[in-house]
Amino acid sequence: MLLRTKGISRNVSEPLVGRVTRNTDKLDGNTFLISESELPEIPNKNFKGILTNNDFTEKDFAFPTVSKIPTFEHLTEGDIVAVGNDGNINTLYRVNSFHNTLLATERCNSNCLMCSQPPRDKNDIPRLYDIHQKLIPLIPKDCVELGISGGEPTLMGELFFQTLETLKENLPETEIHVLTNGRSFAWHNIAERLAQIDYKRLMLGIPVYADYYKVHDYIVQAKDAFNQTILGLHNLARYNQRIEIRIVLHKQSIPRLTKLARFIYKNLPFAEHVTFMGLEYIGYTPHNIEKLWIDPHDYVEELGEAVNFLAGQGMNVSIYNSQLCVLPENLWKYCRKSISDWKNEYLPECKSCTKLNDCGGLFTWNLKKHSQHIKPFVE
Amino acid sequence: MIETRPDRTTRKFKEIDFYDKQETNQYFLLPFRFHRLNNQKEVLVNEVGDHLVVPDGTTHAIVTKTLSKENNPDIYGDLIANFFISEEVIPPLIDVFATRYRTKKSFLEGFTALHLFVVSLRCEHTCHYCQVSRVTTDKGKFDMSREHINKGIDFMLKSPNPHVTMEFQGGEALLAFENIVYAVERTKELALLHNKTVTYVICTNLAVVTEEILEYCKANDILISTSLDGPNYIHNENRRRPGKNSYELTIQGLELSRQIVGRDRVSALMTTTTLSLEHPVEIVEEYYKQGFRNIFLRPISPYGFAVRNERKNKYETDKFLTFYKKALDRILEYNFNGEYFSEDYATIILKKILTPFPVGYVDLSSPTGSITNAIVFNYDGVVYASGESRMLAEMKDYTFKLGHLDENSYEEIFYGEKAQQIVESGINESLVGCSDCAFQTYCGADPIHNHATQGDMLGYRPTSSFCHKNMEIIRYLIELMDSDKRIKEIFESWVKPRS
Repeated sequence: MLLRTKGISRNVSEPLVGRVTRNTDKLDGNTFLISESELPEIPNKNFKGILTNNDFTEKDFAFPTVSKIPTFEHLTEGDIVAVGNDGNINTLYRVNSFHNTLLATERCNSNCLMCSQPPRDKNDIPRLYDIHQKLIPLIPKDCVELGISGGEPTLMGELFFQTLETLKENLPETEIHVLTNGRSFAWHNIAERLAQIDYKRLMLGIPVYADYYKVHDYIVQAKDAFNQTILGLHNLARYNQRIEIRIVLHKQSIPRLTKLARFIYKNLPFAEHVTFMGLEYIGYTPHNIEKLWIDPHDYVEELGEAVNFLAGQGMNVSIYNSQLCVLPENLWKYCRKSISDWKNEYLPECKSCTKLNDCGGLFTWNLKKHSQHIKPFVE
Repeated sequence: MIETRPDRTTRKFKEIDFYDKQETNQYFLLPFRFHRLNNQKEVLVNEVGDHLVVPDGTTHAIVTKTLSKENNPDIYGDLIANFFISEEVIPPLIDVFATRYRTKKSFLEGFTALHLFVVSLRCEHTCHYCQVSRVTTDKGKFDMSREHINKGIDFMLKSPNPHVTMEFQGGEALLAFENIVYAVERTKELALLHNKTVTYVICTNLAVVTEEILEYCKANDILISTSLDGPNYIHNENRRRPGKNSYELTIQGLELSRQIVGRDRVSALMTTTTLSLEHPVEIVEEYYKQGFRNIFLRPISPYGFAVRNERKNKYETDKFLTFYKKALDRILEYNFNGEYFSEDYATIILKKILTPFPVGYVDLSSPTGSITNAIVFNYDGVVYASGESRMLAEMKDYTFKLGHLDENSYEEIFYGEKAQQIVESGINESLVGCSDCAFQTYCGADPIHNHATQGDMLGYRPTSSFCHKNMEIIRYLIELMDSDKRIKEIFESWVKPRS
């Protein structure tokens, strides 16, 4: 799935954010016109600019243009893009997807062994904040769910809360799902600040990888991270914030997995959702694969005990990024088709599988690294 | 805005030992207690009731600081993760621990919930273990007067607890059904004004139950609690009445009650007698046969235990424990065969062992559940600290008479000197023999039982039947879970919240 394209920009100084349309009647001050043919009749009204596969670089337009864009195939009417002065056109929001996410920052105070989106140590926060402030008012009001991820979004500091306030004001019906390591909430005032927003549709997805600090801190490669995360969860619960606990399954987290399940039940029973997630073969994972890889087939016993225990005690449990054929049937009811559409694939042998439609399949990047026990169900 | 640490100079991955926070091999003990489970294992229990079963000798190693993460990496991690030891003097997650403790004790927040109204002392049964009922038609003398019902209700609605239970007992409560109707109607009206939710329970042998009575129970959401001691040859022997048909009437009444008020609104209790002790399996099977999927093997029986005779008590307790284990075995067998069937006393204890939530069971609380959780308004207006107090009074021992509905105020009864003395004697955290017991958080204290059996409220643990019984049941439950993963899963299924 293509989410970025590039052309040659003119008259673009600061990043521009707008919807795209191919229909000149739909143009308004927040809309880019996509022009894939000859120069259209320039409408006599306010609009954001023109995106084209032609070459307008020589034309003396007063409005922003991006020329020589190789493809518009991936852009649907109403999608929202950011256009930079470097000619980059990033898709920020896709109207036909349920998996839209705002990237809050690429900075992170952890460095997880299996990070799927390794952090970058540069301050991108003001730039991204600015883009999101422009983006959020343009998002359709019927957007069902919107993610916020990073990096670590809370590193935005006050801007994080301002982003949430903007979301609450503009998209009161949208479920907001934030992926954070929760460490910042160990500071009471940060949790309190979040609670002030009183955001019922906000859910924080926070990873806990072990019940023992040393193992968790090693996995996230940050000293004191476990204690900060647990205190953060505790502070968030104090303010009745909605919490999802996320556990990535790999060689470092499996040995204490059943103990972790009991730790969660006893110390974090307020969690609204606990998710167990298969390892993604992307980001840091290939580099650390020796430390991380265990065939999912080889951890079904631990996973089963952890899932059945938590579900048995009335907690809401899900398994993500897993294939039905690898798991025993009594765990199927917990499996969700969680992988975002644009990164979801199946293996060639899956084509003949009778349960294909019920199966979450694999991440595109896991086609290279997957359980040796995937085999199609046949009638 | 929190200033995050300056951007890293390197994101090179470090090995696990880099994340070890322990300095100079030091660790500190958090409060925990221990008990030898059997010859191979011991169990450690911390202040919030989390437990670990570890090899024999582990406590010694912990205390002498010879345990290390090098020679026992898993146990060391378990001890840190479960709040038994800490690498810092003040554990970094002490706030979480404090919340856990507060949660466990939060059954105290509401104060008295269970209000027992002895609406009549009259009964058509002459059960041989009952010392209080009267076979008579003299309503004036043995039924609770309307004035006393009114005052009892007023007291109940004064409880700080937003959820109270009004339980009608006897004698046979249904012989005074018009009193029950009167009490429920009055309470319904007043509860609205006081913003209270009230759960109504009628304890009845069901011998005189009618469709009309049950329709009233259904309309008013009243729970039915009956007595079933086992198969007919046990039940009819224990629970005598003219016609020797108590069992038959109970079963008939049970069916009718289930039809009208609903299966989940009808429960049964058994009382263990000398005869019962010989038939653990038959009793369990009788409950199963009658469609129950739980049974309460009540260790507290008014007969046989409440005597001041050490040797007899020890003997009776041993016999009860044998009975209990045999019955539990049969119950587990049902579960092994894929059927859900639970034992209530084990479930109460297991909730304390396995869940982080409060358990406010009157007979197993610290501070004691008498007064702080339950109170008895007797038919004659006398207020007692518990049902057993009422039995003692029948034997002319008025130690646990807290006052009278006509003479004393709510404050005098619930916060008076006597109440304070009883509750103060019922805090196992500070009782000799309990304060250092591994099972303290799973157990409770019962000053009334201590007084009845040992002559003083504080009691003496080495010969206490309460202690003997509970310690062995708790030990046995932990040992069972540790010995068989299937049993652990079964027990976990018993404690899960049922809607």
